Amino acid sequence: MEKERFETNVGLAEMLKGGVIMDVTTPEQAKIAEEAGAVAVMALERIPAEIRKAGGVARMADPVIIQKIQKVVSIPVMAKCRIGHFAEAQILQQMGVDFIDESEVLTPADETNHINKHAFKVPFVCGCRNLGEALRRIGEGAAMIRTKGEAGSGNIVEAVRHMRQVMREIRELTISGEDELMAIAKKMGAPYEWVKKTAELGKLPVPNFAAGGVATPADAALMMQLGAESVFVGSGIFMSTDPKPRAHAIVQAVAHYDDPEILLRISSGLGEAMPGIEMKDLPPEQRLQERGW
Amino acid sequence: MTGRKIGILALQGDFAKHEAMLKSLHVDTLLVKKAKELDACDGLVIPGGESTTLTKLMRLYGMYEPIREFSLTRPIMGTCAGMIMLASQVDDERITPLQLIDISVKRNAYGRQIDSFISEVKLPFLANDSPFRAIFIRAPQITAVGSDVEILLELDKKPVMVRNRNILALAFHPELTDDSRIHRYFLENFSA
Repeated sequence: MEKERFETNVGLAEMLKGGVIMDVTTPEQAKIAEEAGAVAVMALERIPAEIRKAGGVARMADPVIIQKIQKVVSIPVMAKCRIGHFAEAQILQQMGVDFIDESEVLTPADETNHINKHAFKVPFVCGCRNLGEALRRIGEGAAMIRTKGEAGSGNIVEAVRHMRQVMREIRELTISGEDELMAIAKKMGAPYEWVKKTAELGKLPVPNFAAGGVATPADAALMMQLGAESVFVGSGIFMSTDPKPRAHAIVQAVAHYDDPEILLRISSGLGEAMPGIEMKDLPPEQRLQERGW
Repeated sequence: MTGRKIGILALQGDFAKHEAMLKSLHVDTLLVKKAKELDACDGLVIPGGESTTLTKLMRLYGMYEPIREFSLTRPIMGTCAGMIMLASQVDDERITPLQLIDISVKRNAYGRQIDSFISEVKLPFLANDSPFRAIFIRAPQITAVGSDVEILLELDKKPVMVRNRNILALAFHPELTDDSRIHRYFLENFSA
């Protein structure tokens, strides 16, 4: 990926800031998302909570589903491919999706390597649990990072853990001496150049969004206050009892994340949130966040 | 320039990039999320973002009339989605524009993200006309301009930067570059 392409791709991620990216599985849901003010939709065959229930191997969605969604909305359409599955990514690029999520929600295709994202024109977003993982993905060419959280759990605890971890490691970098950065890069298994850049900027070199467990407007506001620049909502909207008002409310919660007066008003009377999963009921082998290297 | 405070509409989009650019020019800035915050501002920037989202949030938080009123006495700059919001006409009924500059705009006119591009352009309205890196991201196109609209820049014979008395509208993103000439042009050539 040439430098200019990386610039326009990070540029698109910049445009999505302060917004909500919603998982959708049908054109009807995509329209609800756009009307509610989503900045983008993630076109899927199943939302993460359903993938979790169904078990088996989860793959890229049928292109027909994605194309139907592309037809009805004007906002960017994203789609997921499996970790390391560059052929799925080639197909998604060919369809003109606006962003590819190389996602731990699907079953990984490669247990060692992620996709070389420099080989693509289309931008990629990748998940992370810590700064080293974020910078490895950026080193591979990701134009946007999102914390992994625990997709389909309806439980914000893992997203908080990952966001706090990343922000803490960035703060630590900013107080480290330049002569310490190589050792830090070695320890976190991250490319030295991007470690150095992050230390200089005091923030991730690409936009840093939150994902994995957002179910309420308050969850979204929490992630924004912890340092997220936008929020992905997977199962949280369309697994709730009344998706439309919840989608509207979460969009407003991200825009006004630091205004409790507005948060109170929009959090009221939304019906039931999606059922959540306690992390202790989710053994490590069932945790999607463990996928990715 | 000093002493003026420029508001940046911060409901959604790359408002932080505009803020950083204006701060680098030592301009006082204010992130505007509510209509009453406009009172403290001497100018306004509407950033890039998603115009469907901006329409939704501007409507919900009652921004339309206050911004129109603001424009009677103070200048506004809009980039990309910001330009769409300033236009008199948009090809998409999902968008409610502010109608502050007499242009017709087509959304996503160049295609999807894979068609986004950077073009080196000359800025003929500036004394320093060294090339400017114009970044177009899922960019809109200006398809018609009214008689009181001045075309400042064209790309492939289509206007991409226009102005009237107090509104500056661009299809691209100067805030994503390190080049502050267009922001300075706005600050120096647009006043009350």
